[in-house]
Amino acid sequence: MRRRTALAVLRKDLLLELRTLETVPAMVLLAVTTVVVFHFALGRDTLRGQLAAGVLTVTLLFAGMLGVNRLFVAEREQGGFDAFLLAPVNRNALLLAKASALFIYLALLELVAVPAFALLEAPPRLGAALPGLLLVLALANIAFAVIGTLTSAIAVQTRARDLIGPLIGLPLLIPALIPTALALGRVLSGQRSVSPPGRWLALLALYDVVNALLAYAVFDFLLED
Amino acid sequence: MSQDGATAIELEGLVRHFGERTVLRGVTLSLPAGATLAVLGRNGAGKSTLLRILATLLRPHAGRVVVLGEELPRRAWAVRGRIGLLGHEPLLYRDLTGRENLAYHARLHGVAPARVERVLEAVAMERRADDPVRLLSRGLVQRLAVARAVLHEPEVLLLDEPRSNLDPGAGELVEPLIGRASGLTRVITSHDPGAALAEADLVLALRDGRASYVGPAAGLGAESIAELYA
Repeated sequence: MRRRTALAVLRKDLLLELRTLETVPAMVLLAVTTVVVFHFALGRDTLRGQLAAGVLTVTLLFAGMLGVNRLFVAEREQGGFDAFLLAPVNRNALLLAKASALFIYLALLELVAVPAFALLEAPPRLGAALPGLLLVLALANIAFAVIGTLTSAIAVQTRARDLIGPLIGLPLLIPALIPTALALGRVLSGQRSVSPPGRWLALLALYDVVNALLAYAVFDFLLED
Repeated sequence: MSQDGATAIELEGLVRHFGERTVLRGVTLSLPAGATLAVLGRNGAGKSTLLRILATLLRPHAGRVVVLGEELPRRAWAVRGRIGLLGHEPLLYRDLTGRENLAYHARLHGVAPARVERVLEAVAMERRADDPVRLLSRGLVQRLAVARAVLHEPEVLLLDEPRSNLDPGAGELVEPLIGRASGLTRVITSHDPGAALAEADLVLALRDGRASYVGPAAGLGAESIAELYA
């Protein structure tokens, strides 16, 4: 029942995004702009290691925050919250649907941002690093999606939602951003054969699980009057 | 009004605040199943707040609220899905079509897709059902909102200015769904006391959140109504 409800909400969200193109294109545009700015500001032909990881992490973080800020806007402005709360459904289905939608938005963002990063910053041997890169990004996306959904649900209830979202979300994301940047630094080091360091992946995965459990426990209360 | 004597809604000393402001102050009433309650009062008297409490969207801060035998907010989950709310907002996504909106609500309520077509037909919206809601006039949006409110065949209808934006023809069209002919327990708020009293069994007159009159519609004279809106 919960999965069916979550699928209904997710399907509706993706359909709305497809119709309005209000979120993903803005995220992509910001990411590409950030990569271009870094390219000219750093003035290097190629980036590798921690510097490359920093550029990629910051680019995806800023663009991702746009998605967080817009995640619940339609629910707030067009009565979606009330409609959902009036239905005899498990409220955590909304958490599941919104986190899945944000995860998909982030994946779409990376589909453009990573090639743009590769083109402009030219990290060496990116092809060999790609499986590791995708693994790190997937784990980081889960953390971002869960924390982003929670903070967006809080921020959208306030008048200054564009400020509150990052204000709450960014500190909560730091424990995920540090292992992400450190793991990406290894992956983008330009060595022939690299795999992301296990301890950073384990830490990211642990943070994902802890946040998912925390979100599951508190999300219902966030929707309460 | 049904004759089985069951009580659909029971309020006892209902209080609700918004910050420092008390919006409802000790409202008490009992509404039998199948009956219609008209809630009258000036802007800000607490009418919409009362409806949102009955819809389980707001919590009462004091007093007792029982809807369909279930005490709120403790047993709110047991009431959701048995209530239809038609409020100021249509609760429809502007960039989805009418049909897509109703299909979404049908999925949330576990209603068969065929019911969507039936309610679209009932509000005569089949031909405009594939237009995005943002392109529809306010009257057509209100018709869709009526369809949305009754889609899951609720037992109680909470109607906040239900006929606003509807022309007389559309008003007649939705009558079997939300009017007395529906046979449902209804709570109606309206700024048109004459129309509300005509279809009410009971009246709750609110003044600054207090019940200034609770009783049969016939017991509320023109003078009292004028005083209520003064």
